[in-house]
Amino acid sequence: MLTIRDVRKSFQENEVLKGVSIEVEKGDVVVILGPSGSGKTTLLRSINFLERADSGTLDWEDIHLDLKHASRKDVALIRKKTAFVFQNYNLFKNKTALENVMEGLTVARKVPKKEAEKIAKEALDKVGLSERYDYYPSQLSGGQQQRVGIARAVAVNPDIILFDEPTSALDPELVGEVLNVIKTLAKEGTTMIVVTHEIKFAQEVANKVVFMDGGFVVEEGSANEIFNHPKEERTQQFLRRILPDYDYAI
Amino acid sequence: MDIGFIVEYIPLYVEAAKLTLGIGLIGIALSLIVGLLIAFIQYFKIPILRQMATGYIELSRNTPLLVQLFFLYFGLPKVGIRISSEGCAIIGLCFLGGSYMAEAFRSGMESVEKGQEESAFALGFRKSQVVRYVILPQALSVSIPALCANMIFLIKETSVFSVVALADLMYVAKDLIGLYYKTDEALLMLVIAYLIILLPISIVAAILERRIRYAGFGN
Repeated sequence: MLTIRDVRKSFQENEVLKGVSIEVEKGDVVVILGPSGSGKTTLLRSINFLERADSGTLDWEDIHLDLKHASRKDVALIRKKTAFVFQNYNLFKNKTALENVMEGLTVARKVPKKEAEKIAKEALDKVGLSERYDYYPSQLSGGQQQRVGIARAVAVNPDIILFDEPTSALDPELVGEVLNVIKTLAKEGTTMIVVTHEIKFAQEVANKVVFMDGGFVVEEGSANEIFNHPKEERTQQFLRRILPDYDYAI
Repeated sequence: MDIGFIVEYIPLYVEAAKLTLGIGLIGIALSLIVGLLIAFIQYFKIPILRQMATGYIELSRNTPLLVQLFFLYFGLPKVGIRISSEGCAIIGLCFLGGSYMAEAFRSGMESVEKGQEESAFALGFRKSQVVRYVILPQALSVSIPALCANMIFLIKETSVFSVVALADLMYVAKDLIGLYYKTDEALLMLVIAYLIILLPISIVAAILERRIRYAGFGN
């Protein structure tokens, strides 16, 4: 469904992505793993043009784009087909939970207010926040805010949801509620790309794992392949460090 | 202190106060519009206009209103442009106020976190929609104190309007002093007149600040 080829991106002298390609099929849950600074987040942000790649191509059904030169119209098109969940939620501070979820519908997609409200309420119900419609972000816990963030992404009915370390900013005891919501979405067949450090979660829901390091994709494969039979030395090292009880067979 | 004198000339001050307030308010309204336009030009980084805006801001903030008024009232007629006293006063106030308002708006807009903008973009907002629905509402609550301070500052600046032959409060006071040597009475009334105009504005501004700061953010 979505193919990204040879994405390169530098920040000043620092080359963060050195030619990364990934492929996503409908219904895939792609988990991108890797140490900090490996370019995972930049890759994700290049897909919906929050970051303008220096080169690379994007093919999505009948859309074929050059990531560097994509027009404003193409960018808008891709952004409407995707949704993004941020590490630090980025909810609109001056809007209630319900308004946060409605905004993407009423402003960007011109959905009538009544209908948008209905969709937004359904989305919030789905993430377990039916009691919190009229709360402002500052009145919600981190986990609740991130669930609003997910509801906001779900409400616009995107083809792919991009998760950028959705639980990294959360207190440990709040991680579970957010991961559960993402798991539910995964089970329902939502296509998603998830950048995360939650290995257990990755093992459970990913049908495809991409391991990145130093701006390259080091290894990719099914969750079973990567977690149980990693081929590359670098992947083994990473998993050994992150999973203390890790034992693998080659 | 000659109470009789004060009572006799109150109507003169009332007329002058109306003029001060009238021109002040028109000038403030225009400078808010100019300020917002400039802030937009800077936010959208519109080429050429942006450099012109920077030049304007520096020129406007680094020259006194008195000098700006002299230029409008005595300078421009030399090149054949004649503007009435009221016109000069309004243009001068707007020229001065526009840059201050622009800076107030800009600092508000810059205070909005990058993430707010990004999440709007990710939802498919156009840049103009980001400004209208995300940046401006949040920026205004930050800018309000500065905007209010600028309004009070601009009304006080009207006290130099007498140089372009406008019968504002300062003009009336100087006139009375010159005619009757009633310095104490004239100045006392001048101070009171400014207080009557400015105190209510200050109070309303303080209430507005509190309201807007806490409205809509839930904390």
